[in-house]
Amino acid sequence: MKNWLKVAGVLLLLYTHTGGLLFDVPRLNILNETIRALYFHVPMWFGMILLYGFSIFHAIRYLRNPAVESDTRSVEFAHVGTAFGILGMLTGMLWARYTWGAFWHGDPKHSGAAITLLVYLAYFVLRGSLENQEQRARLGAVYNVFAFAAMIPLIFIIPRLQSSMHPGSGGNPGFNAYDLDASMRIVFYPAVIGWFLIGYWIADLRIRLKNVQNRLIQS
Amino acid sequence: MHSLIVLLRKEFTLELRRQSVISGIGLYLFSLVFICYLTFNLRQNVIHPATWSALFWLVILFSAVNSVAKSFIGEKPGTFVYLYTTTSSQAIILSRIAYNFLLCLALSFAGYALFVLFIDDPVTNHRVFLGGLVLTALGFSSSMSLISGIAAKARNSNVLMAVLSFPVIIGILLMAIRITKNALDGLEAVASRDELLNLMGINLISGVLAYLLFPYIWRS
Repeated sequence: MKNWLKVAGVLLLLYTHTGGLLFDVPRLNILNETIRALYFHVPMWFGMILLYGFSIFHAIRYLRNPAVESDTRSVEFAHVGTAFGILGMLTGMLWARYTWGAFWHGDPKHSGAAITLLVYLAYFVLRGSLENQEQRARLGAVYNVFAFAAMIPLIFIIPRLQSSMHPGSGGNPGFNAYDLDASMRIVFYPAVIGWFLIGYWIADLRIRLKNVQNRLIQS
Repeated sequence: MHSLIVLLRKEFTLELRRQSVISGIGLYLFSLVFICYLTFNLRQNVIHPATWSALFWLVILFSAVNSVAKSFIGEKPGTFVYLYTTTSSQAIILSRIAYNFLLCLALSFAGYALFVLFIDDPVTNHRVFLGGLVLTALGFSSSMSLISGIAAKARNSNVLMAVLSFPVIIGILLMAIRITKNALDGLEAVASRDELLNLMGINLISGVLAYLLFPYIWRS
């Protein structure tokens, strides 16, 4: 990964942390100051979806042209994506505790996200239970495609059908991508980019480590 | 197309001879319904519709997962080799999905009939309810057939099958339960339109994915 991207990622995150906590934020009912959690919670989900997107891309590449590198990339992006997902859940639960009063509400987006994490954890269970390297890669790639396709309705479609406490659905004082205040955008967009760059960096390191390990095993 | 029909006929003939799956389903369904009947002593009391719905879907889910799981996992390796040489993989997965769909459908209807017989029939809008049953059976069948194919190659197949299929089933089940709730409450069909469309969408996605991905599973 290019060095300037790594530096950019770190600088963007430093900016996010200081700006996110010090800059002004709009006052909305219910949310008050906790709206700052937006800079940490939402980029986790954007990052997770992008990383899973990379993962499925490499899974499909593996199916079309079986090469160990594609499989390694696919699985490591899934690893980091799942880590981001877990962090997203934890930040969301923290945010919910201070805004809505409890850690868990049975909100459909919560449940959809939890089920998505379960799907990808099942992916790792599947990979762990297959011994043959080629079979593991192939069946893992098939399930990866299936998991990503299952995730889309769970996170995007089903929550929109139901009234939910998440902003932007079901009558909450909501903010969505369209009427996000300008004062928040200057921290939010850099935050998304910064978190994604860090996630990509982590995945890249893991991929390179795995490739070296594979070469050591083969030789 | 021709191979599809041949495969379907082969499944049915085998099933009628061995009767393992039918008797298994009968056992699960009947024993579960009977336990519910005894526990709630339901000729005297009236059961709350929400409880009825929960019990019904528990029975259907348990029976469906157990019967579809056997579709690839129980097969002997010799069968796989024979099928691999004779037919295309698409025909195999499509015939499996069709067979499992009919199985789940029969299971759902039998379960519903048993429930009506032993417990109660709080369903007011039958068309919506039965439509939901059909779509749910198709959803179970298409997603679990593919996953059964994946799990069959691994070591702890049965546990893996449950682990892999559980999250995907949840999405389908969520829609099915909401449709059932609407049918129990007596709402018009329009109220369930979103859920029914969603179910159809999920079925389409699972079916197409199963069709596209199965050849890759089949290769070994």
